[in-house]
Amino acid sequence: MKRIVVNRYKCAYCGACVSVCKFDANELVETYLEIYPDKCTLCMVCVKTCPMGALEVVE
Amino acid sequence: MTDYDVVVVGAGPGGSIAAKTAAEKGLDVLLIEKRQEIGVPVRCAEGVSKEDLEKFVEPDKRWIAAEIEKAWIFSPDETKVELSAEKAGNEVGYVLERKIFDRHLARLASKAGAEVRVKTSAVGLKRENGIVKLKIRSLGKEEEITTKIVIGADGIESKVGKWAGIDTTLKLGEIESCVQYLMTNIEFESDVTYFWVGKRFAPGGYIWLFPKGDDAANVGIGVMPSIAEKKAKEYLDDFVRKKFPDGEIVEVVVGGVPVSGGLKSAVSDNVMLVGDAARFADPITGGGIINAMKSGYYAGITAYEAVVEEDYSAKFLKKYDERWKKDFGKKLERNKKIQEKLLKMDDETFNKIAKSLEGMRIEEFSVKRLVLEIFKKYPKLFWDMKDLIF
Ligand SMILES: Cc1cc2nc3c(=O)[nH]c(=O)nc-3n(C[C@H](O)[C@H](O)[C@H](O)COP(=O)(O)OP(=O)(O)OC[C@H]3O[C@@H](n4cnc5c(N)ncnc54)[C@H](O)[C@@H]3O)c2cc1C
Ligand code: SF4
Ligand code: SF4
Repeated sequence: MKRIVVNRYKCAYCGACVSVCKFDANELVETYLEIYPDKCTLCMVCVKTCPMGALEVVE
Repeated sequence: MTDYDVVVVGAGPGGSIAAKTAAEKGLDVLLIEKRQEIGVPVRCAEGVSKEDLEKFVEPDKRWIAAEIEKAWIFSPDETKVELSAEKAGNEVGYVLERKIFDRHLARLASKAGAEVRVKTSAVGLKRENGIVKLKIRSLGKEEEITTKIVIGADGIESKVGKWAGIDTTLKLGEIESCVQYLMTNIEFESDVTYFWVGKRFAPGGYIWLFPKGDDAANVGIGVMPSIAEKKAKEYLDDFVRKKFPDGEIVEVVVGGVPVSGGLKSAVSDNVMLVGDAARFADPITGGGIINAMKSGYYAGITAYEAVVEEDYSAKFLKKYDERWKKDFGKKLERNKKIQEKLLKMDDETFNKIAKSLEGMRIEEFSVKRLVLEIFKKYPKLFWDMKDLIF
């Protein structure tokens, strides 16, 4: 199943991806990004927004 | 009885000024911040107008890294346009040390009587019988607190608005995707801010260099994801490799700036949003510190009036909307429209404009002044913008 994953070595916990997600499918918990696959529609908006290229789709 | 009159979520400049203002008025205020350290990690280039800042807080050497006198703007072919800050109203005057600045503001809130809790996140809210039950998590432990008003100052990643029914989602054309390096071993003038504009450098945004003293500077980029072909970091890496081959990167800052031009309404029953949570950053410059502080102040005042009147309805809190709109709402709207025009401009036009302004002394480095000068030189290009400027 396709899903969005965060590369925690690249992620800077900036929250830019959270601000563009319409579906409340991600959240910046104190020091890490959580992605909720059950809510995610794979719209890719967060992937395009990430300044670091820390998000990608995996099978 | 509620636990608090006001709970402020997020201890950035917006939240701390909101908490300070409400506490000074005698309200019971709790300011919560999810990170363990206020001000860290920094998500900012740290440039701020002197005049506006000084309305809120006395300047202090501990959190002023540099004072700026001039701005140099480079077009895609690197033609230089010079602006100086001889008149009031300059957009950048200080480069701050936000790690210290943000903490200073939180301390002012605390001194005014607000309770401050770090490593404490808001994780959900519901309204019951006219008050708010706010769920918070502190060191892994969840609890529910009650309050009359919640001020959402939770920045770009804001959730408070969504929980309260305010749609804060940004579109790809409403956010700047940013990366910045604090660099040493590079040459620059320590009282000048530098901007490189045009698609060649940063599609939908710009590259900046803001000095932090003589030996280090913030070099960063913002690009608009709707038109950028690469990641912000890749554009910045290309730039610094060419421009500063010997430069050393000693810090990395990453973030998003909301450039939608602000929410139509930043209130809902029991809730007000301030700063980046309300999308109050300037669509052209990306500056958001001052509007965060201003909106924090207005939210604090409005919270006080609501508590006195015992009315926490959206209808009453509209007073807050009226206040921020009267102050900076028009400018946000105007700059959003100007930004939309700028986005359509090709690099060749940027070059032509810069050539026509080259060597001219523009004695104020506000966006408005610059657009006015361009308007004078290029009336045809900007004729449909005249209503926005005058
Ligand atoms: C790369 C970059 C460069 C910038 N450069 C400039 C500049 O030069 N000048 C300028 O004026 N502006 C600049 N900005 C914008 C500026 O940083 C913001 O507009 C400003 O910080 C907004 O302040 P705020 O108080 O609204 O939010 P923030 O400063 O973002 O503070 C929000 C706080 O809320 C906390 N929070 C979030 N969710 C929760 C929760 N659920 N519970 C508890 N706490 C929470 C966060 O941890 C954070 O501390 C820049 C931004 C970026 C990303
Ligand atoms: S935008 Fe990228 S760097 Fe920022 S929190 Fe999301 S995944 Fe991490
Ligand atoms: S892919 Fe779309 S729905 Fe999924 S987390 Fe990203 S923005 Fe949200």
